[in-house]
Amino acid sequence: MVEFGGYDMPVQYPDGIVTEHNWTRTHAGLFDVSHMGPSFLALPELGGGDAAHRKVASIVERLVPSDISALAPGKVQLTVLLNEQGGIIDDLMIGRPAREDLQGSLYIVVNAGTKENDFALIQKTAGTEAQLTRADDRGLVALQGPEAEAVIADIFPQAVALTFMTFARLEGTPYGDVIATRCGYTGEDGFEILVPAAHTESFVNRLLADQRVKLIGLGARDSLRLEAGMCLYGHDIDATKTPVQAGLNWMISKSRRERGDFPGAQRILVELRDGAAMKRVGIKPAGRQPAREGTPIHSVEGNEIGVVTSGGFGPSVNGPIAQGYVAASHAKAGTPLQLIVRGKALDACVAALPFVPAKYKR
Amino acid sequence: MTIYYTDEHEWISVEGDTGTVGITAFAAEKLGDVVFVELPDAGKSVKKGADMAVVESVKAASDVFAPVSGEVLEANSAIVDEPGKVNEDAEGAGWFVKLKLADLGQLNGLMDRAAYEKFCENQ
Repeated sequence: MVEFGGYDMPVQYPDGIVTEHNWTRTHAGLFDVSHMGPSFLALPELGGGDAAHRKVASIVERLVPSDISALAPGKVQLTVLLNEQGGIIDDLMIGRPAREDLQGSLYIVVNAGTKENDFALIQKTAGTEAQLTRADDRGLVALQGPEAEAVIADIFPQAVALTFMTFARLEGTPYGDVIATRCGYTGEDGFEILVPAAHTESFVNRLLADQRVKLIGLGARDSLRLEAGMCLYGHDIDATKTPVQAGLNWMISKSRRERGDFPGAQRILVELRDGAAMKRVGIKPAGRQPAREGTPIHSVEGNEIGVVTSGGFGPSVNGPIAQGYVAASHAKAGTPLQLIVRGKALDACVAALPFVPAKYKR
Repeated sequence: MTIYYTDEHEWISVEGDTGTVGITAFAAEKLGDVVFVELPDAGKSVKKGADMAVVESVKAASDVFAPVSGEVLEANSAIVDEPGKVNEDAEGAGWFVKLKLADLGQLNGLMDRAAYEKFCENQ
């Protein structure tokens, strides 16, 4: 067990990280992610179509660079909360409900370690225009892997119709009213399911009764997301990094760039135009030795040009992998680098992300 | 042949003035899946209590310390090629190095099996 985001969480179950990782890539891995921060932001009155959606979207758009107004009903978007300097306060998911009577509300999921600040910031920004309600009375579990769909089909047949980055409310299920989102943090197809707390344990037991499902700890969650090229907040992204440095330009919608109306826009627009001085990249060490977070990165000439922000062993890659920030001059895939591990220079090169191709259901 | 244990979770199996060194099954289980091992070359002198090898699991990197001073006679290249052997058989095929002991008297400060098991219970 380790402390993570203020919660005691298992690094691994008895099978160990590599077995859990490989299970998720070949069957269905079950992750307890109830530590995360699901919530709902809602206008005082719901319904009212696109106009109501645009109104609630305009509130969160004061904090994020994505075009939430343009989100189609039933879609979720990954985006970032920004500070006035364009630094990333958190990464989060924002969803627009499909149902007409829920227009004017958003489903928002933030990270565990940042949720108190995020929730306070969102409510402060919303003022009296909208109310943020934390979903602390629900459990959140993720089911990830090629067999996730077949497992879910037996329990929530309606959820199978969801495609990547869409979500739906499923009412009157044996586990109460749930929200199923087709998304995840592994690069695999899968679902994140929000279940009332009273039903969470029986739901998890129902999933575990399926032989295709095994519980997966934080260790494999980390190796899976690292192979998938995803960021871990507080490591690969934080308030000192902008979305452009982090290679998350796709989150900055065209309409928002044109309007320049998001926090830190001044700096971010310059970085979009001229390029950022440093960039987040994938890194592939040449040998077998992992390079961990904090490892200095040198150019082949021996100049310090960056640092590893997360690194370890990728079981599917069957070798060490890492992410880090390097000077923009050294950010192109294939650029040779040296990693200074225990005082010795390890050969490495910049690698395209992800390390393992995503298998989302589009 | 006598086997001794350290409070850093190494074992050393001694025959005459030669010792075979590895990490204990307890340590291997705590580390989890071992993915990388770095061993000293034959001929290198190691000093009691100083770092001698590196073992890295998916989770973390750890130093392996020399239980006694001596000269490396042989390093187990099998665990460099297949680090998972350390998890499979930490106190057998997963040995790290063979040492020529510099001072047999240094063994006196180490634990026997019973003392080590008691030590692990309190970890």
